[in-house]
Amino acid sequence: MRRAAPILTVLLIIVAVWYAAAIWMNAPWAYDQAARAEQAAPTLLQLPGLTLDQDRPVLPSPHQVFSELVKSTLGLAPSSKKSLVYHAWVTISGTLLGFAMGTTLGVLLAVGIVYNRAMEMSVLPWAIASQMVPIIALAPMLAVVMNAVGATPLMTKAVISAYLSFFPVVVGMVKGLRSPDAMQLDLLQTYATPGSAVFWKLRLPSSMPYFFASVKVAIAASLVGAIVAELNQQAGLGARLLQGSYYGQTTQIWAALFLSAILAAVLVMLAGRIEGRVLKRMGMAR
Amino acid sequence: MKDTVANSPVIEARNLQLVFQTNDGPVQALKDVNLTINKGDFVSFIGPSGCGKTTFLRAIAALETPTGGTLTVNGLTPDEARRKRAYGYVFQAAGLYPWRTIAGNIKLPLEIIGFSKAEQASRVERVLELVELKGFGKKFPWQLSGGMQQRASIARALAFDADILLMDEPFGALDEIVRDRLNEEVLKLWARTGKTIGFVTHSIPEAVYLSTKIVVMSPRPGRITDVIDSPLPKERPLDIRDSKEFIEIAHRVREGLRAGHSDE
Ligand SMILES: Nc1ncnc2c1ncn2[C@@H]1O[C@H](COP(=O)(O)OP(=O)(O)OP(=O)(O)O)[C@@H](O)[C@H]1O
Ligand SMILES: [Mg+2]
Repeated sequence: MRRAAPILTVLLIIVAVWYAAAIWMNAPWAYDQAARAEQAAPTLLQLPGLTLDQDRPVLPSPHQVFSELVKSTLGLAPSSKKSLVYHAWVTISGTLLGFAMGTTLGVLLAVGIVYNRAMEMSVLPWAIASQMVPIIALAPMLAVVMNAVGATPLMTKAVISAYLSFFPVVVGMVKGLRSPDAMQLDLLQTYATPGSAVFWKLRLPSSMPYFFASVKVAIAASLVGAIVAELNQQAGLGARLLQGSYYGQTTQIWAALFLSAILAAVLVMLAGRIEGRVLKRMGMAR
Repeated sequence: MKDTVANSPVIEARNLQLVFQTNDGPVQALKDVNLTINKGDFVSFIGPSGCGKTTFLRAIAALETPTGGTLTVNGLTPDEARRKRAYGYVFQAAGLYPWRTIAGNIKLPLEIIGFSKAEQASRVERVLELVELKGFGKKFPWQLSGGMQQRASIARALAFDADILLMDEPFGALDEIVRDRLNEEVLKLWARTGKTIGFVTHSIPEAVYLSTKIVVMSPRPGRITDVIDSPLPKERPLDIRDSKEFIEIAHRVREGLRAGHSDE
């Protein structure tokens, strides 16, 4: 309860501000309607009724978004193309595949960077440069290329996800693999420890806290990548967002937006749980 | 080779030089060091900060490369000796892996050297007993006090059959009383295992109490100013420190340290 109270307070404030903003932003339409019907302008007291349940609001009200969210998840069969559960699943599968690819690539690159001077000099600057290119610009081009080589939409999405998620893993793992101090390395030297054992017994375990810190960033980045990739696709939360904006379905956009936020929170939380478990088993829990 | 157990040299330094190249120019850490350490010796290195005690110990363990002179360990180069696993090294900090239990930490060198699982387990039990940490094998390092952690790190160095034990201020961070206890234990360990021990310390009583040979060093450049062979018997209760011989040796060490300082 202690911990819930501040979170709930903030939530309440957000909802209140949101309602106020909805009234304010949807009011011009209400005034406009009244003017067209040659009626008197609505009073302040009438405004909430006229602004919070519009069909095509500029900013849908919280309860509209909430009911749209419920309707499009619980109200429809998950297999239906209109169901948000269906679209969310499409997004998650791409996210997880991309995350797995990105994390694997990130770890491999980090190992290369730590063990190979040439890779240290060459890979890291390029990895940093890769993150400077706005993904929004890159995604459509990648989609065209992937299409040309006959990749499925899932594969395309995963590649873009991986593109975003490998970077935090590289940075974190390089730091983690280098985290053992000189004394710990010297100790292994005194046993004439082969390099492979230095990696498996010292560097890799030492890097675990860094790895999990990166993973939490990477999983969120993967989700962003998947959604951006879906802006060029037929299914997934990204596709829903774009369709919503084509047809002026602001409520649908917001519902999809909220679902992605919830997904991101769940994924990061899951990563946190796994982190807690693993570090605890390793005796390194904070 | 003749098998003379006593007085066979284990570590021999002849005109040993070690110069570090730093950004501010070369630093002569060791200059003309000549020293013979025999099998079964307990040798303490004492001297002011920066006189090269750590550097010398690290050179013996092939963690630093001398820039001149010769250094042999069991008749081999330090690096060859290291590959034959001739050393157990105890650093100033325990340096236990936080993700391994105490037993797991002690197993580390055993895993690397490739002992069987059963052999590992029995060795862990044996050395835990040796350092009086029986029953703590399943604990994680953070569950132990600093002194216990340092004992665990000594156990780790004892677990494989290195016949040389090198310790760099192992008890520097501990209080006097714990230190006394551990000093007694180290002496017992030494008597039981017959290892050759190199021990760096800043404490005159510690050096005199433990050693058969005390090496007094002085800084800039790091060199040996005195080597004292202790006449104290092998059996040493703590109160030997009030004996006349003890006080005489301590005095000579102090004089040696002072002389090293005054010629600056
Ligand atoms: N890796 C290194 N690079 C450059 N100089 C070094 C290095 N290690 C030691 N030195 C220098 O060599 C000299 C001897 O250092 P060393 O650590 O052996 O001294 P010490 O006797 O162990 O001192 P303390 O009692 O403080 O531990 C010092 O002047 C030190 O600055
Ligand atoms: Mg030192």
